[in-house]
Amino acid sequence: MSEQTPKLEWRGVAKAFEGRQVLRNLDLSVEAGKSLVIIGGSGQGKSVTIKLAIGLMQPDAGSVLVDGVDFNRLPGGKRRRLYGKFGMLFQGAALFDSLSVWENVAFRLINADGVNRKAARERAIEALARVRLGADAADLYPNEISGGMQKRVGLARAVVAHPEIIIFDEPTTGLDPITADAINSLIVEQVKGLGCTAVSITHDLASARRIGDEVAMLHDGVIVWRGPAADLDRSGNAYVEQFVAGRADGPITAAI
Amino acid sequence: MGVNPIQAVGRASLGALAYIGRAALFALRGAASIFAPPWFPGQTGRQLVAIGFYSLPVVGLTAVFTGAALALNIYTGGGRFNAEQIMPQIVALGITRELGPVLAALMLAGRVSAAIAAEIGAMRATEQVDAMQTLSTDPFRYLIAPRLAAAVIALPLLTVVADTIGIAGGWLVATQTLGFNATTYVRSTWNFIQPWDVESGLIKAAVFGFIVALMGCFHGYYASGGARGVGRATTHAVVSAAVLIFAADYLLTTVFTHR
Repeated sequence: MSEQTPKLEWRGVAKAFEGRQVLRNLDLSVEAGKSLVIIGGSGQGKSVTIKLAIGLMQPDAGSVLVDGVDFNRLPGGKRRRLYGKFGMLFQGAALFDSLSVWENVAFRLINADGVNRKAARERAIEALARVRLGADAADLYPNEISGGMQKRVGLARAVVAHPEIIIFDEPTTGLDPITADAINSLIVEQVKGLGCTAVSITHDLASARRIGDEVAMLHDGVIVWRGPAADLDRSGNAYVEQFVAGRADGPITAAI
Repeated sequence: MGVNPIQAVGRASLGALAYIGRAALFALRGAASIFAPPWFPGQTGRQLVAIGFYSLPVVGLTAVFTGAALALNIYTGGGRFNAEQIMPQIVALGITRELGPVLAALMLAGRVSAAIAAEIGAMRATEQVDAMQTLSTDPFRYLIAPRLAAAVIALPLLTVVADTIGIAGGWLVATQTLGFNATTYVRSTWNFIQPWDVESGLIKAAVFGFIVALMGCFHGYYASGGARGVGRATTHAVVSAAVLIFAADYLLTTVFTHR
């Protein structure tokens, strides 16, 4: 068994909202350089899990460790520096509407890393090229590009500062299958290219198989199964089997 | 089973106290962010233009009509004591100490608080505020501090404009319809007005500017519930800014009167 400190670890994490327990004593970790995909039904706490990981929420109990350091107990300045290890692709891309495509990609470089605008623009255009967007897209605004292009820009923004950990929040939601596959390919390419650790949440099993080394299933606030992505179809776990088959009957009750 | 009225009152009181506490903490953190690096002067400059420059027409129009109406009312009231001649002085005093800063602030509450709440609320709803945080940039420094600083700088400047145009509105009515001599009117105003009349109005304006931006930022930052939540945040921002402006006006006027 490896004694290596996990790159990212949720240790005994609990979180409740208005009396509803979303996460209960969640234990989960991902090794450096690995890609973990968290699957699970709606309302099972997947988004909360990643928001806790990146410090956008505080756990009620337990801790989130980045390279063994408790993220949420660090003072503001140190915590902000730790953000530098992360890149995140949001579900709706979350591009800043008032900024052009290149300014979105270069946002961290200009505002947090102190890179001058000329150099930042060059790096942004390089990052856009890595997600197959030409320099002609650089001066467009988010409302002038398609959903698929917005995801690419979001991916370029997530990778431009060479993060050590990338978080993907439902990266293919709302995209047609072909665009979704293109995004999955870019994600794999970028994660492998940078050699970084990736954590993704998704409902999309094709995406989970494509981008994950490992898959963990979250149900009712705990991990009910974890294994290699290749074992998703032979997990022997009733929750995973129901989720993979997409059946309404089984231990998981549809959230309707 | 009906709701226990004591419970309902208690819950509402606790809710109000929690709101006040949250707004006060937000104000402190916002004010601290103005003075703590990193600063974003480009953002502050953009906000100065959006808050100050683009509010000039509405503030100017409001001031000219208010000054004119005030002159007519004081002329009517003064006439009851055969004291029409003090009209220029009272118009100047009313505009500089009270109506200039309050009306400019109310116009900004409608125009700027709403715009700030809608913009930041929409950014919150589309996860742009979260994204900013993950990009190692503190939203308080990038979004909140520039708006607070810009409003604190812009509103006194707008008040200078409102004072000038408001007094000019009074002058226009007085000289064109009430038979006042143009030069005498200006001389009476100039000789009567004291620096503190203007200065106290400008101090009020700076405080009102902080309130206007604070309410927009606060309600936008904590907006939740999608488009409906953004709409609610916008309404709350305007209403709370207007109420706080009047409350702060009374408090500051009391302090200035007893100084």
